[in-house]
Amino acid sequence: MSLMQEMSQRALDLGVPMSVHFDVTYRCNERCVHCYLDHDDHGELTTAEIKRVLDELADAGTFFLTLSGGEVLMRRDFFELLEYARLLLFSVRIKTNAVMIGEAEARRMVELGVDQVQVSIYSHRPGVHDAITKLPGSLRRSVEAIRFLTAHGLKVVIANVLMTSNMRDHAGVQALARDLGVQYTLDPTITPKMDGDTSILNLRIPGSELGAVFRNQSLVGDVEQFCAPPPAPDEDAMEGYPCSAGHTLAYISPYGDVFPCVQFPLPSGNVRRQKFIDIWRNSSELNEVRSIRAKDLPVCSTCSHVGTCTRCPGLAYMEGSMRGPSTADCEKSFQRTGIRSANMLRKDRNNAALGPLIQIQAAVA
Amino acid sequence: MTETYIARSPAIASRMLGGEMMVMSTVDSTFFTLNPVATVIWQAADGNTPLSEIVARHVCKDFEIDPETALRDAEHFVKELSTHGILLLSDRPFPNSSAAPTEAA
Repeated sequence: MSLMQEMSQRALDLGVPMSVHFDVTYRCNERCVHCYLDHDDHGELTTAEIKRVLDELADAGTFFLTLSGGEVLMRRDFFELLEYARLLLFSVRIKTNAVMIGEAEARRMVELGVDQVQVSIYSHRPGVHDAITKLPGSLRRSVEAIRFLTAHGLKVVIANVLMTSNMRDHAGVQALARDLGVQYTLDPTITPKMDGDTSILNLRIPGSELGAVFRNQSLVGDVEQFCAPPPAPDEDAMEGYPCSAGHTLAYISPYGDVFPCVQFPLPSGNVRRQKFIDIWRNSSELNEVRSIRAKDLPVCSTCSHVGTCTRCPGLAYMEGSMRGPSTADCEKSFQRTGIRSANMLRKDRNNAALGPLIQIQAAVA
Repeated sequence: MTETYIARSPAIASRMLGGEMMVMSTVDSTFFTLNPVATVIWQAADGNTPLSEIVARHVCKDFEIDPETALRDAEHFVKELSTHGILLLSDRPFPNSSAAPTEAA
């Protein structure tokens, strides 16, 4: 167990929100086709309110702070907030499209000791990237910003979300990351909009493409190991919890709403009305999330993938139940191993039961 | 004898977790945890107080360690952290060190 894993386990044992993802705005200068957010400002937290929340997070023991959006630099007070966060000694990561980062902004981020900047890049081809962001020139500007950031020694990660329109471009983006000397990470997950609208899910890449991604050594490492059939789940797997959401991780929206994770829109409290630590400790919603173990999942506990699945409880929640399956993760497990999940098999049976009421077979002469 | 003054680098993130201090260098993301004695020294690293005084005032008293051993161990510890760039050492007090941020407990 690495030192970091040890500390994460200790945070879990002590009930400490070690990581917080804080979206300081939903406003954005891009209009990405797959984005799940409403970009209008419905009453963002003020500078003073955010600083108070940061104080509360430091008191609660939060170490990793991710500042994200929307586009963080749409807030005119962003550097004031960043400076305050660093005075409180958070390890700060920033998620951005980087379009508004120039030489001066890059230098300031380095001076303030930002740990990492994650930049969204969809394609190495301007036509494809800019069509996704709907901002002409955005790829050129984002790449230019990455050069400013790396020139000042900042760690940069390119985040490559895959969807139908860019699903064959990951090799090009990987090559771009190599040229720029930055890390690369790929995410094939498209999530429903926060208001429940699922129309953007048709942008998800088809299963066959997902299978190809999972068999690409440059993306997954040891393909044989990555795609191996799941081992029989043991007691540890059945007693395990799905992810850190609500356990050591929390999400705060620009309006002060607290959720278990950015991808888990279960309202659990609001920092305008309560102290963060009171929400963290006493929210019935967060406590419910924490109470769930793999053995408690009605369908997934019977699945051969239960011990290795990346099941996202937030996606499951958006599908109807935080204890239910996440079909996107069922698809991932299937494409990875070729073994259908319990949820898929259940649907197969239901579809068979709902088969044609009348079957007609041509008579053989 | 030359005194050693110690100050926390501004290029770190840190937080107390279950009685131990977690420290991460923002330069290379190296992650450390400090035991309770090292944590006391870290927290007292205000840039103005000599290491010998920190050891005498906090370490010997709170942990019942003899002064000679405590100072020797402390000197070793601060040198090690300074090689990772997370603690700054000097033979004179650091200017503006009173502005050094502190961790929430």
